[in-house]
Amino acid sequence: MTTTTSPKGAGGERGGGQPLRDRGVPGGRPPGPTQIAALIAEAPEPRPTLIKTFNAMMAREFRVLRRNAIATFTRAVMQPLLFVFVFAYVFPKIGGGFNLGGGAASSGAAGSINFATILVPGLMASMLLMQGIMAVTFPLVMEFSWQRTIEDRALAPVPIRVLAIQKIVAGAVQSFIGACIVFPIVLLVHAAGQAPHVHVTNWALFALILVAASLLTSSLGLLLGTIMDPRKMQMLFAVILLPATMLGCVYYPWSALHHIRWLQIAVLINPMVYMSEGLRAVLTPSLGHMPMWGVLLALVGGTAVFSYLGTRTFTRRVLN
Amino acid sequence: MTDAAGLAIRTEDLRKTYKSSRGDVPAVRGIDLGVNSGQFFGLLGPNGAGKSTTIGMLTTLVLPTGGRAWVAALDVVADPVGVKRRIGVVTQNNTLDMQLTVAENLEFRSRFFGLGLREAARRATQLLEAFGLADRRKAMSTDLSGGQAKRLLIARALVHRPDVLFLDEPTAGLDPQTRVNLWDILRVLHGEGQTILLTTHYMEEAEALCEQVAVIDHGEVLAAGTVNELKEGTGAETVITVRYEDTVPDGMAARTGLADRPGVSKVEADGDYIRVFTREPEGVLGELVTVGSAAGLTVRDATQLKPSLETVFLNLTGREYRE
Repeated sequence: MTTTTSPKGAGGERGGGQPLRDRGVPGGRPPGPTQIAALIAEAPEPRPTLIKTFNAMMAREFRVLRRNAIATFTRAVMQPLLFVFVFAYVFPKIGGGFNLGGGAASSGAAGSINFATILVPGLMASMLLMQGIMAVTFPLVMEFSWQRTIEDRALAPVPIRVLAIQKIVAGAVQSFIGACIVFPIVLLVHAAGQAPHVHVTNWALFALILVAASLLTSSLGLLLGTIMDPRKMQMLFAVILLPATMLGCVYYPWSALHHIRWLQIAVLINPMVYMSEGLRAVLTPSLGHMPMWGVLLALVGGTAVFSYLGTRTFTRRVLN
Repeated sequence: MTDAAGLAIRTEDLRKTYKSSRGDVPAVRGIDLGVNSGQFFGLLGPNGAGKSTTIGMLTTLVLPTGGRAWVAALDVVADPVGVKRRIGVVTQNNTLDMQLTVAENLEFRSRFFGLGLREAARRATQLLEAFGLADRRKAMSTDLSGGQAKRLLIARALVHRPDVLFLDEPTAGLDPQTRVNLWDILRVLHGEGQTILLTTHYMEEAEALCEQVAVIDHGEVLAAGTVNELKEGTGAETVITVRYEDTVPDGMAARTGLADRPGVSKVEADGDYIRVFTREPEGVLGELVTVGSAAGLTVRDATQLKPSLETVFLNLTGREYRE
């Protein structure tokens, strides 16, 4: 342990006559007055800038992410792993042929397309949504309730909306990482002969779709986190996550929905559809998919709308 | 930094009204404050008086609905970022970052305020040592005791040498020993020239620490000054209250002739009690008992409060102080 530094400036001797009480004793020992005086005299000159503060907040997110790495990783892996295991390995083995080839074939693709091919982009999209919500909504609801720990970062020297944007960016990074973890799993876990037909022709576009989809989910996460009543968190699954996933073209391509025309149109309000279809377009182009311009428009437009609304409600919740 | 008048904090007719489904709820109704640089200022009032709302407006997290306020000469509404750079805030709740360790709470706060990595680590170490938390540096902040958490909150508010340190009910819910330890810390900080604004609902806390006190209730400042000025201002009176078993009959207080006694400024009777405000308390209590038994009233309870902030509050509001 270091020794007490002699404080410079006036008042350095304040409390000097009082011995520093039981330093080195663990637990609730009282602080030393001389040292506290020194805190004022020897304080650094802070020069915060928006960039520095933003980066420090991001560094904080990564520190937390690293600390919770195992939990985060497990959370990211389990759902897709079990899914592909059951649908791409178990089902083909037990002969429960789960084949959507018919629907896809109508769009002119090769006759039969296995379920794994459909699942690869779908599960990645579903993972993006899951991670976006987990990374932004859940912590936010915690920060706003009970002790209002949000005040900690709200007092950092930046405008409140910067804090909101930082949360979107940090959440997007986590979504992106989640999707990247899922990719090899859904690619590699399958029964013999059931490999998904994944063929990335445009890596730049693939990356663009992933980034846009990550931002979409985290901005949606921010909006949900600021409007959710913490006592009704279970509703999040029933009302948002479950329908978004089940009706999000995760387990079937959008083009295959033409058999149920009303549903094909109704699901268009679901942002999840554009994430699944965008990834489908770049990963498994052999399958029928939505036009790319529509996907990009929806992803970018949705991000803009959710970010705008989320930042607004966030600012209103922080400043009351 | 201070404004033209040399004030570290200034408010003009500062107001906050919350909108709710049951109509408008005024929390702060026109407060004027002036806090000098280097001053230890106390905002004293019962729970729900508007203290936290006031501190919220001064620290930029609550938007005023009327009036203006300046901290370090900066308008809290026009330049909240500038204000946040210059203040340290110890919130009433435990707002420590639960995901971080004790040391990380300080390091990241330092970095939020623009310190470099190494500088932040050094400042964190310095703060931990001074606040007696060095051996807890690697503990998660959720594992701290109430007193330790409060010390860490204060340490965290000091990472950047704020112009003004705000503390919202810093000792609420702490045991007496921890409270006294915190008082020691605050006295040392004040001795170093730190401007401090503290809210409290403990009379003795305001008396023990603050140079200037503003008594606030129902969103209004009732009186302001030094503790001694406040006591003098209300006549440095002793307040004697006697409660009887039954309701005091109308006119009984007047018939006692207590109001004519030397030193007595006020005699109040309401319900089952009579209350006398006097500079010369000698014999008053006995007289109230005598008067009561003459009227067939048995004394249930009697209190005699020496001049203190509590008697000031009683005098200003006519109500007993509710903590």
